Amino acid sequence: MLELRGLTKRFGGLLAVNEASLTVPEGRIVALIGPNGAGKTTLFAMISGFVTPDSGSVQFSGADITGLAPHAICRRGLVRTFQIVQPFGALTVRENIAVGAHLHEAARTTALARAAEIAALVHMEQQLDAPAASLTVAGRKRLELARALATRPKLLLLDEVMAGLNPTEIDEIVEAIRRIRDSGVTVLMIEHVMRAVVSLAEHAYVLNQGRIIAEGTPAAIASMPHVVEAYLGHGAALRMGGQIAVGA
Amino acid sequence: MSRTRLATIALAAIVAAALPLVMRSDAWLSMAITTLLFVFLGQSWNVLGGYGGQFSFGHAVFFGSGAYATAVLQVKLGMPAIVAAFGGMAAGAFVGAFIGALSFRYGLRGSYFALVTLAFAEVFRIVASSLGITGAGFGILIPLDARALNLQFPSRLAFYYVVLALVGIGFAISIGLERSRFGAWLMAVRENEDAAKALGIDAFRVKLGAIIVSGAMAATAGVFYAQYFLFIDSGIAFGPHVSVEALLGPIIGGLGTAFGPIVGGILLHTLGDLAKRVMGDAPGLSLVLYGVLLIVMLRFLPDGLNGLLRRLFARSPHGVAKRMPANA
Repeated sequence: MLELRGLTKRFGGLLAVNEASLTVPEGRIVALIGPNGAGKTTLFAMISGFVTPDSGSVQFSGADITGLAPHAICRRGLVRTFQIVQPFGALTVRENIAVGAHLHEAARTTALARAAEIAALVHMEQQLDAPAASLTVAGRKRLELARALATRPKLLLLDEVMAGLNPTEIDEIVEAIRRIRDSGVTVLMIEHVMRAVVSLAEHAYVLNQGRIIAEGTPAAIASMPHVVEAYLGHGAALRMGGQIAVGA
Repeated sequence: MSRTRLATIALAAIVAAALPLVMRSDAWLSMAITTLLFVFLGQSWNVLGGYGGQFSFGHAVFFGSGAYATAVLQVKLGMPAIVAAFGGMAAGAFVGAFIGALSFRYGLRGSYFALVTLAFAEVFRIVASSLGITGAGFGILIPLDARALNLQFPSRLAFYYVVLALVGIGFAISIGLERSRFGAWLMAVRENEDAAKALGIDAFRVKLGAIIVSGAMAATAGVFYAQYFLFIDSGIAFGPHVSVEALLGPIIGGLGTAFGPIVGGILLHTLGDLAKRVMGDAPGLSLVLYGVLLIVMLRFLPDGLNGLLRRLFARSPHGVAKRMPANA
């Protein structure tokens, strides 16, 4: 469904993403993990058209979408959420989600009705008429997800939708993402919450300093010495003597 | 639409239609016509600035293009008034498309966009005061020939109803924006352009559409001005006071609301008229008053009179919470 080949982006002297390649098969949940500053969000920005790669290509559903405008990529069914949530503050939750629904629904009433259905999927039915600016962090994260879902995506790019949530809220959103996958949407997610990655993703890639340094099942990745070192520093794996816990 | 809102609209329409039958002074009628004309100009600005969040500081460029196009087509090229009027509207739409394509293509936002529109208005003013076909420094006088076919009505009352109809159209366009996909896209772009793009919205085209509609509306106001006063010059048509008039009403009344430009425009002109009567017709007095009013509004009522009314009547917890910091 999605295939990245040798994607590279340089910001001045900083090589943000270096020859990154990965594959997301249809119907799967794939995770992209890595320490802060590894280039994950830049990689997402290149896939979704917000940043043009210096080299490499993005193949989506058999077509080359490298360098297309963000709105054109969204119309093909590839939709991203933002790590730093971007609600339409003055609009209500219902109106926010309806903006996404309008991609395929011209009529205002249909789009608003569809927004209410989507809101129920992420447990926001109580807040439909609240202004988006009044939502808590958890509410805004859910709204990001709901708005993206309303565009009826084939592939959803989720950028840290669980950051800042408490364990109960994480369980809810994990459940919601699983339902989204079961409804036929492929998911590529950036996530720091390992508990969620382990329970959701079949396959994970690790990005460090702009390079993909490992891939495999989340459990296998978490015990690879060079992945642990990427997070905790050189020699950490040795000091921990292989006793690596998989936790949140 | 809520029942109270419908009732308010119906009541306002009836009062507006009946008022000139009660208030039979010519002075009142001409003031009412000018006020409504600037209300309509405010409605045009509100499409782009209020709903779209693109603050133009040079709406005179559209107003003036409409006024000059209709005058030139009639007087210099001998076209019938009706054709010239549509020519005026088209000129406004075209100038809107031109300025929009240039500034939105290069991603101008906020004060940069405001400055570019201001610059365009000034350039047009200088060009109009230099070219022969626009009457250079003398301006253009449209010959008096009071027939409805010429869009020159024998009575002021007829002009009143024409401009009232324009305000009605402006109101309908605002409501249309609030209940359509294009309007939802426009407001999404205003609130957050990146998020809008990520949801499949072509922000460039949406903004371009808004500036074309806004330009055509402002040009229509210019056409009306030319037909009503039968004289324009570069200062009247493209002067900065026109741009200020266009944006003050909506800001005072409430940005991005259907009632905002109407409430704000009427208040502004009533106050301006009162000030004239109390303090005499000193040049520039109204601009001083507008400036003071704008500062007071932005400091204490950033969401305009409409927002104040909504908070007073709704008493929602949200509204109360918003008011607290201002009182503290």
